[in-house]
Amino acid sequence: MIRLSGVGLSYGPIRALHDIDLQVNAGEVTCVLGDNGAGKSTLIKIMSGLHPHTAGRFHIDDRETVLRSPRDALDLGIATVYQDLAVVPLMPVWRNFFLGSELTTGRFPLRRLRIREMRGTAETALNDMGIAVADIDQPIGTLSGGQRQSVAIARAVHFGARVLILDEPTAALGVHQSGVVLRYIAAARDRGLGVVLVTHNPHHAHLVGDHFVVLKLGATVLDARRGAVTLDQLTAQMSGGDELTELARELRRPA
Amino acid sequence: MTRRPEIGALAAAGVIFVFFLAVAPAFRSLESFFTVLYQSSTIGIVAVGVGMLMIGGEFDLSAGVLVTSAGLVNSMFCWYLGVDLWAGAALSLLFCLAVGFLNGWLVMRTGIPSFLITLGTFFILQGANLGVTKLVTGAVASPDVSAIDGFHSLGLIFSSSFEVGPVTVWGTVLWWILFVLISGWILQRTRGGNWIHAVGGAADSARAAGVPVVRTKIGLFLAVSFLAWFVGMHNLYRFNTLQAGGGVGNEFLYIIAAVVGGTLLTGGFGNATGIAIGAFLFGMTSLGIVYAGWDPNWFRAFLGVMLLAAVMVNLYLRRVFR
Repeated sequence: MIRLSGVGLSYGPIRALHDIDLQVNAGEVTCVLGDNGAGKSTLIKIMSGLHPHTAGRFHIDDRETVLRSPRDALDLGIATVYQDLAVVPLMPVWRNFFLGSELTTGRFPLRRLRIREMRGTAETALNDMGIAVADIDQPIGTLSGGQRQSVAIARAVHFGARVLILDEPTAALGVHQSGVVLRYIAAARDRGLGVVLVTHNPHHAHLVGDHFVVLKLGATVLDARRGAVTLDQLTAQMSGGDELTELARELRRPA
Repeated sequence: MTRRPEIGALAAAGVIFVFFLAVAPAFRSLESFFTVLYQSSTIGIVAVGVGMLMIGGEFDLSAGVLVTSAGLVNSMFCWYLGVDLWAGAALSLLFCLAVGFLNGWLVMRTGIPSFLITLGTFFILQGANLGVTKLVTGAVASPDVSAIDGFHSLGLIFSSSFEVGPVTVWGTVLWWILFVLISGWILQRTRGGNWIHAVGGAADSARAAGVPVVRTKIGLFLAVSFLAWFVGMHNLYRFNTLQAGGGVGNEFLYIIAAVVGGTLLTGGFGNATGIAIGAFLFGMTSLGIVYAGWDPNWFRAFLGVMLLAAVMVNLYLRRVFR
């Protein structure tokens, strides 16, 4: 669905990202891993339309594209769930679910929300994704972090996203909550969405990933399909591999 | 409690109502109840706008003096040029909307907190009210407009009253109720209301979800300035002449009405009923103290206590949600 070939982004003389090849297929989870500053967020910005790429080619459905705004990306079915920009805490779950895409009826002075329908639809959509919310009217801020992430994912799925980009969805979560979110990622995958999971946690990536790309200093250092790489290899790549061996030697107590 | 911001204000209104019934015999009549309603409406109408603006995450400190500016623009323009008061009322409306737009546009454009921007317009208007009035009339009160064309018809709209048995019902009370109903409908049942809550609760999330944040907030500033104009018209056509220094301090009464009514100071939470009850509490205490025969100077102390109590309830709510 999405194919990046040799994509790069430079801010003036600074190359934030270069020669990235990445493919996102329907019904698969592509994991983008990397340490802080490796270029993960720059890659998200290119794919979600916040920053157009400056090098290489970006194909969506085999058509070459340059995304100029988040709206462009959304119109092509690419939805991004940011870790911190997910929801408005004080608003009810269903109002958050439809925020920015409210259903209305009637003409201008009397144009109003289709409240009953929106609540029903939100409830059904969440149930379909297997997300149990006690009360669709409760402020979304009373949900746990994992549940909030899950609602944001269900929302993207409901509004027709074909590609779902998740920015560190498990970074702020505990083990159990991370499991909850990973389950919904799998659910989205099973519905045929192409998922891009951006994370620095190789354990979470390895649980759901079909394809792994490890970034370092703006370039790809590992590109492998599931089966071609083990969790240990992934972890080693992530934590710097050789660097770590070197560090271990340095830190060893003198004999 | 967590979903009904007005519950606390309603309980407080009940307690204070019973309290004044007990201590102030003059309070116990339908006439005084409607006088309280009138008093509440003069603050309550602008508080509707200020409260919605606060739910949208912004302040307007210029609303109090803008009420006076509205009346002054209308009266002095017509008196100086000798034109029909209707033309002056229309001009005054344009002037108020321009001030509201400027407030909103500056806040959105510069990113400076609305508290500071509107503090600036507050002082500009306060000074201009006095300065321009002195220039035009040579005094600090506007000229009497009761002899100018259009006074009667505008008076019917903005400052009429009628008798029902022993009770005098002011038109502003009915206007107030209408504005509260419209505001409640917008906040709860329209897309705009959804957006107001969203831009006040988490502007960045709202923007990411496709909500037009700038348009929503500027619209709220415009609503405040429209309602300030409305009350300005009432003051002018009820009293014929206005003190150029008037309205100062009322901006805080609007904010207090909204906050006592359960509006979260940080935005994103509140409703129209709560704000109306907040204004009613203001009317009840300001007159209740007089009916009880106490020194009315104590009124502001009373108001301060109510405000503190309301803020503590808000703080508690915020902890629950975080």
